[in-house]
Amino acid sequence: MPTTTINGKEVHIDAEGFMTEPSEWDEGIANVLAGNIGIELTEAHWRLLKFLREDFAQQGETATTRRVQTVGGVPTKEQFALFPKKPAKKMAYIAGLPKPKGCV
Amino acid sequence: MPSLVVLGAGTAGTMVVNKLRPKLGPEWSITVVDPSELHHYQPGYLFLPFGTYQPKDVVKPMTHVLRKDVDLVRASVDRVDVDARTVHLTDGRTLDYDYLVIATGTTPRPDQTPGMAEAMGKNVHEYYTYDGAMALRRALDGFTGGRLVVHITEMPIKCPVAPLEFAFLADSYFSERGIRDKVEISYVTPLPGAFTKPVSARAFGDALAHKGVQLEPDFVVEHVDGEEGLLVSYDEREIPFDLLVTIPLNMGADFVGRSGFGDDLNYVPVDKQTLLSDFSDRVFAVGDATNIPASKAGAVAHFAVDGFVPNFLAHIQGRPMTHLFDGHANCFIESGHGKALLIDFNYDTEPLTGVYPYAKVGPLSLLKETRLNHLGKLAFRYIYWHILMPGRHLPVPIRMSMAGKVPAADVEAEPHDDAPPIPTF
Repeated sequence: MPTTTINGKEVHIDAEGFMTEPSEWDEGIANVLAGNIGIELTEAHWRLLKFLREDFAQQGETATTRRVQTVGGVPTKEQFALFPKKPAKKMAYIAGLPKPKGCV
Repeated sequence: MPSLVVLGAGTAGTMVVNKLRPKLGPEWSITVVDPSELHHYQPGYLFLPFGTYQPKDVVKPMTHVLRKDVDLVRASVDRVDVDARTVHLTDGRTLDYDYLVIATGTTPRPDQTPGMAEAMGKNVHEYYTYDGAMALRRALDGFTGGRLVVHITEMPIKCPVAPLEFAFLADSYFSERGIRDKVEISYVTPLPGAFTKPVSARAFGDALAHKGVQLEPDFVVEHVDGEEGLLVSYDEREIPFDLLVTIPLNMGADFVGRSGFGDDLNYVPVDKQTLLSDFSDRVFAVGDATNIPASKAGAVAHFAVDGFVPNFLAHIQGRPMTHLFDGHANCFIESGHGKALLIDFNYDTEPLTGVYPYAKVGPLSLLKETRLNHLGKLAFRYIYWHILMPGRHLPVPIRMSMAGKVPAADVEAEPHDDAPPIPTF
């Protein structure tokens, strides 16, 4: 896996730019990644990102928008408002978590 | 007397009991639980709306499909008590097991999207149930022109290529009726393209465009307005329809959730190579009921069950399971006008172009519309009833092979330290 430097820290990323080692992530990196895709992080964003990080630590998988709604308590509509068009993918990118799995 | 209880006598459950019965000794009891009296050839539902298949082609009494020497209990499951190794049925009866196989599949749930269930059977239809497919047949018959929208609510769904096939066949069907120019067909999907993986998404996207079907990607439905004939997304896009053919949210059986071991969509968490559950070494799940990262399809169940049978026999004798499932499956995709495409893939390899099963000679073509693939699709119904369900051996390799396949172009560039790539959304 190639590495790159984000916010002064060396991190592993995949070809698309998603971080592949969740342990390398920190809040400074999140701000840079959010800026990369035109999102300014507010308290509402952070609440969601923290849920994703905690849920990943417990489950070993990136939460789907459905799980963020049912377990994290953030309605899907609000996820779309905070992370327009593709909330699942954008949340994972900023939270430094693997892209949600897509199957054939 | 050791006992195996199998929940569900659909494609996967039937293959499991019919294959295991002759291999387990006579001291074993095998009980299969299903509320239905009928076994449905579900791949045939696609052809019912267009009148290509008749009801008799897709339905047989369950007792004709299951071996006579297994016990069939006609009941629904209330919950499984894993600690007590007991299945509670909704009629109050209980079944104790030494080993349990959950094969209760996945079910379309229009009740999970606001407005969808209310409009079902009016201007909104589905064809993932027998009754739904027959109701859609009547609706199509009376459709003389307007906006037909083919729609996927959320992934994963059973047979992920079936909505594409429906769009292709609709194009063909209206052409044959001479009213294709009066029908506007769109394909609305939550995926970023026509399909899940890049090479096949491009091939299917080209096919849709070629047939004059409008593609609307990244559409996550928030509600259906049946009265106004509108699909509304979370980001407030609206798509008008005169006839909506939707694939509702798919969910595993409710008892999986009630038993406390299901995931968000009531799928059973299992090891993707052995199908042994994460929560008990006496519980397996096979077919669409699992959370394995593969298509929910009979083809996947078929290849998975081929390895499951020797694994199960090893496991009950305390030996390691060595037939590790690689996620392999293949399927024919009807494209209308007497042609079909074929895809072959596994957990790691996306559907690619090329030929199958042999390098150079094929004779079947991958991701390409041919008449031979169409004949393969039609032959499959015979194979299903007469080879797969009775548990006979189908002489094709279980594991996926790259022979004949054209690898996806290696487009992954090494990122530079000073300019990390930014995903395109």
